[in-house]
This record gives sequence, C-alpha cells and structure tokens, in this order.
Amino acid sequence: MNLRDSLKRAAGLALAGGLVLAAAGAMADDDIKVGFVYVGPIGDHGWTYRHDIGRLAIEEALGDKVETTFVESVKEGADAERVIQQLAASGHDLIFTTSFGFMNATAKVAKRNPKVMFEHATGYKRSNNLSTYMARFYEGRYVSGVIAGKLTESNIVGYVGSFPIPEVVRGINAFMLGAHSVNPDVKIKVVWVNSWYDPGKEGDAAKALIDQGADMIAQHTDSPAPLQVAENRGVMGFGQASDMIQFAPKAQLTAVIDDWNGYYVARAKAVMDGNWESGDTWGGMDSGMVAMAPFTNMPDDVAKLAAEVTEAISNGTLHPFQGPIKDQSGKVVVAEGETVSDEDLLRMDWYVMGVEGKVPK
Amino acid sequence: MALRLERRAQHSQLMVTLSPVIAILLTLLSGIVIFALLGKDPFLSLYTFFVLPLTSLYGLTELGVKATPLILIGIGLSFGFRANVWNIGAEGQLTLGAIFGGGLGIAFYDSDSALLLPAMILAGVLGGMAWAAIPAWLKTRFNANEILTSLMLTYVAVLLLSYLVHGPWRDPDGYNFPESRMFSEAGTLPLLLEASRLHLGAVIALLVVVAAWVLLTKALIGFQLRVVGLAPAAARYVGFRQKRLIWFCLLFSGGLAGLAGLSEVAGPIGQLTPSISPGYGFTAIIVAFLGRLHPVGVLFAGLVMALTYIGGEAAQIEIGLPAAVTGLFQGVLLFFLLACDMLSTYRIRFVRQPAAGPVASVKPAAGEAAAQ
Repeated sequence: MNLRDSLKRAAGLALAGGLVLAAAGAMADDDIKVGFVYVGPIGDHGWTYRHDIGRLAIEEALGDKVETTFVESVKEGADAERVIQQLAASGHDLIFTTSFGFMNATAKVAKRNPKVMFEHATGYKRSNNLSTYMARFYEGRYVSGVIAGKLTESNIVGYVGSFPIPEVVRGINAFMLGAHSVNPDVKIKVVWVNSWYDPGKEGDAAKALIDQGADMIAQHTDSPAPLQVAENRGVMGFGQASDMIQFAPKAQLTAVIDDWNGYYVARAKAVMDGNWESGDTWGGMDSGMVAMAPFTNMPDDVAKLAAEVTEAISNGTLHPFQGPIKDQSGKVVVAEGETVSDEDLLRMDWYVMGVEGKVPK
Repeated sequence: MALRLERRAQHSQLMVTLSPVIAILLTLLSGIVIFALLGKDPFLSLYTFFVLPLTSLYGLTELGVKATPLILIGIGLSFGFRANVWNIGAEGQLTLGAIFGGGLGIAFYDSDSALLLPAMILAGVLGGMAWAAIPAWLKTRFNANEILTSLMLTYVAVLLLSYLVHGPWRDPDGYNFPESRMFSEAGTLPLLLEASRLHLGAVIALLVVVAAWVLLTKALIGFQLRVVGLAPAAARYVGFRQKRLIWFCLLFSGGLAGLAGLSEVAGPIGQLTPSISPGYGFTAIIVAFLGRLHPVGVLFAGLVMALTYIGGEAAQIEIGLPAAVTGLFQGVLLFFLLACDMLSTYRIRFVRQPAAGPVASVKPAAGEAAAQ
C-alpha cells in the first residue's frame, strides 16, 4: 500500500467516522440517553464499580430504548463542571454525578440546562431538575461492627478512612456502636488517607494499623488494597461497596454492598415515562440499596447473630443510632429510647466512645 | 549495516525546534496503534481526541480554561529550568496562592468592593512566592537541593489546605462538608464570554507570556539566565551573582504558580475545596520542556497539553475510550520528546561495517536538556 492509498483510506475512515457520530445523534424521540460521571476508575472494585453495575442494569432493563455513557476518574474541582456540561450538551437526558465533590459543579450545570435531569449522590443541594440520593451504608457498618466485636482478640479495629466528612464519621460511629453492642472493650484506630481511591496509600494505612495491633481491618476507601493487606498479614477484614471475596478469600468476613440498580432503573424509567421529579432519597437495607455479602470465615454462631442483626435493621426493630450513646468523654449524648435524627446524622462530626483520636477539624 | 550515534560538534538548532513537532507526530502514530489495539477505529478516535473538542465555541473556551494554569506555571518554571534551578514544587506554591487569595475571598465573602479581586490576585502571587522562598532560602543558605525541598513542601501545602477547609474555613452552612463558602461576585474573576467559563485569568496568562518574552530577550536578567544555563563557568567568571538568580527564579516561578492557584479558585471553582488542582504544578513541568523553555513555546505546549485532557474526556463520552488513554498519551508524548531531543545533540549514521569495540559513546552531559 503506498502513501496515497493510505491517505485515501484515512480520509474515507474519517468520513465514515463522522457518519457514525451523526447516526448516534439521530435517535427516536422517546429513547433516552443517560450519562454517568465517576470519581474513580470503573475497575476500582468498590464505589465506582458498583455505580457502573447500576449503569449496566439500566441498559439491561430498558434495552435499546436507552443509551448510556460514562466518564471515569473525573477530578473533583474545575474539571468536573466541564465534563457534566459536555454530557448535558451532547444530548443526555439524565445525568448521575456520583461523588460529593461534584455537588457545586452539578448545581451550576443544572441551572444552565433546565431541560436535563440531574441526580447527585451524597450531596445536599437540590433544585427542580437536581435530585440527591444516597444509601444508609451505616446500617451495614453496624453489622460489620457486631462481627468485629465478636471476633477480635486484640480488641483493636483498624479503620482506613478517606475524608473526615459526615458520611465517613457516621460509618465509623455505626461500626463502633455495633462492636460495643457485643464487646465493650473494643477500640477503633483511624488512619485518614485523604483519597477515595489510592491503593498504595490505602494498603500502607492498613499495614500501619496492623502494626499497631489491629486484628480487624475496616475501610471507607474504594480499592480492595486494605483487605488484601489483611489477607496477607493473616488478619480479618471487610469488603467495601462490593463483595470483594475474590481478593481475600480467607480474610473477608462480609462486605457492605451498594446496590444502585433498582434506583437507577426506576429513575431512568421515570424520565422515559415523563414523570421524573426532583427529590431526596436515602435508602437503607429495607429498600435494597444496602445489602450484606455472605458471612464467611467466621463461626456459625457469629454468622447467625450477624444475620439476626441484619434482619432487625431491615425490618426496623433496630436502629444503629439508638440510645444510649456516649461521646468520647463518656457523657451520654443520646438518651435511652431516643435515636439520632436524620438531620443530625447528616451533619455528624463527633465520635462515639471507643473511637480513638479526634475528628480532623 | 548498523546504526550509529555520533555526537554533533554543535547543537542542531533545527532539531531543537523540530523535535517537539516530531514527538507530537510520533505520539499520533502511536495513538493509531493503541486505538487499533483497543478495537476502536483509529482515525475516528484521533478525530474525537484532537479535533472534536476544537469544533465548538464552548470547546475552545474550555481549552483556554484548562490551559491557563498550565501556561502560567510553565512560564515560571521555564525561567528557572534555563538557569538550572529545579523548582518541582509548583503544585505546592499553587496551593498556597489559592490559600492566600482564597482566604481573603472567604474573609470578605459578603463584600462587593471592587478592590477585593485585585487584593486576592496580589495575595495569591505573594502566597506562591512565600512558599517558594523556603526552598530558595534553604538552597542559598545551606545549599539544600531545591528539587527535594520544593517537592516535599508540596505535600505540606496540600495538607495545610485540607486542614483549613476541614476546620476553620469550613462553610458554616455546609453540613460539615470540607469546603469553604463560595466567594462573592466581587471575589470571582469576571467571565470573558457569557455562557462559558473563560475568565480574566486567560488574559492575564497571555500578558504573562508577552512579559516573559520581553524579560527574556530584552532584560539583563534574561541574558543572565541564558548564560548561566548554557555556560555556568562563564557566568561565574563574569561575576553573575548565583544566589540572586536562584532567588529570582524561585520567587518568579512561585509567584506565577500562586497566581495560577488563585485563578483556579477565583475562576472555575469559586471556593476552596480539598482538591483544587489535578496536578497542574507537575504537568506544567512537561509543558515547560515541551515548549522548549521559550515563552511562546510554553503557550502552545500548554494548549496541546490542555487538549489531551479535554480530548480524553470527549473520547470517553463519544466513543467510550478508557480514561487511562489520556495519561498514556501524555506519557508517550514526553517519552518521544526526550527521545527526539537526543537528535539535537547526536546524529544518526548508517554504517556498513559494524565498528569494532563500543558502538557509540552515549554520554549526555548533565543539564544538557535544560541548556537548550
């Protein structure tokens, strides 16, 4: 093939490419396009991975009436707004932005594109075309805490945290309360890595915690690295966001699974049917948004207890944040018979008794 | 038949200018191979990556938004790199600029004074300079390696910002989430174009390019920088004051990095958050070298580098290419640039008989890349 031939071929392909793009733009009226903005890579096996499973669930459920797009590893900052705007400008009807740091960017783009529907995960800003949604992961973390409280021998749990935002602090507290419900001597040591996804740092944090005596590793970061460290060092751990048993067949006790599938399919369908409305969803185990991975690597009685606690939370007879709850100084801050309100849960910035250190402020 | 590298008697000026162009072409060729291996139409992919973002006004303005911090920092770094002053910590100086300038914006969040923005810009520059002054002092006083000190200070700066937005500067109405209030209208860089995000910072960046060019070609300091880079011994001999140059280079690049940080937070972001830069301070190092350490070159290099980011997003949205391709492209580009740079110092000869003994003595002198 000589040079001229290859140039011709290139020109032909470029033309064909243009046609493909044009064809993609020409869809029937009632078909919809759904876009996703992810903070991590879809291969993180945690948070972003589960959102992407939800995206695929939309494709599965609505078939060729829907087209989905995603942009992964979008930095929280000036880049997010451009990505969201590009999705809005390229004909997407519904856009999910799946990290707290995308909140202001999503709100700005939503204001500029009133005909496009937006859904922001974990935030608090809403408008006519901007919904928020989140899951009550703390329910699952309470169950994890119960298991850890039963199984720990050193009475030290190592907790790899991402950022000290209310959601993460809430998770640590729920874990602690779960552990204390069966074992009052448990303490939690927290290491912050200031990232949602950084396998190197996450793994180092887990190692440091194990060196300080932790024999249980919990995490609120998105990669399987801390769990893998637990597996290698012969201690136990919990999966994050998805069932990570293949990364730690001997170490994973259970995992708190995020299940966005039902919500995503319902919202996409609502847009298709023309009855989408802005709102705020905070679903727990009862809604199916939060589920537990199989209870593995533990004695039968502990697995049975964990299943009972899960059932109690699901049917509403147990609330992880029901009193009495003591703060770090030992003072009772939630009296017996009371539960922490959703509003206070959403702005939680204090530790319960048993968590070591201070919430970074 | 054998390939042989021969040292040129003189740097080839032609190759110095051409090597970025050759590097970009080679990167595009590799792109074709990579896309084909990923099972995508290579030409459609290249089109989406490098042309599609430029076909709309919005895309062009976004290119400006993305290139602004890269150019500002790249210009500053290029001065120091010419004189063998290796400021690797522009990311930290950017962060301090954002903290100083943004701190004013938070303190006067309800102000509508016309003085607020100029004060924030000045504070941003001073913040970057202050952070760069630390490695400058350590270098001139204790001869501490500025590569290490400036780099390590970056992590300190990022943690300082994190502390501030998690603590004292947290938005009191923000549910304890780690971000500051939004700046007032008076504390935000005005937009150049309605319905875009292109802000005054882009104009400032262009002015900086012109000023840097004048400084480099017409001012004594520019002459000194060039001499120090090309012939350090000669510079010492004629009595250039090395310490003063070190101070100048670090303060200059630190100030511009601080300005870049301020223009990000007072521009597209509009508040202080824990992560304000996706590594502009580090990417700008590539920009400086891709631009041959020349102000106009840095301008174009900044635009090219910005295009690789924006094109990467377009490629994800339009044809579902993975995000990693963006990083891959940037890495390949730097790789080819360094490889092509060799051609300015060496020439390739085809030799019929393989020479006995060592084929070539490839021993580039340290600092050669910087000397160009």
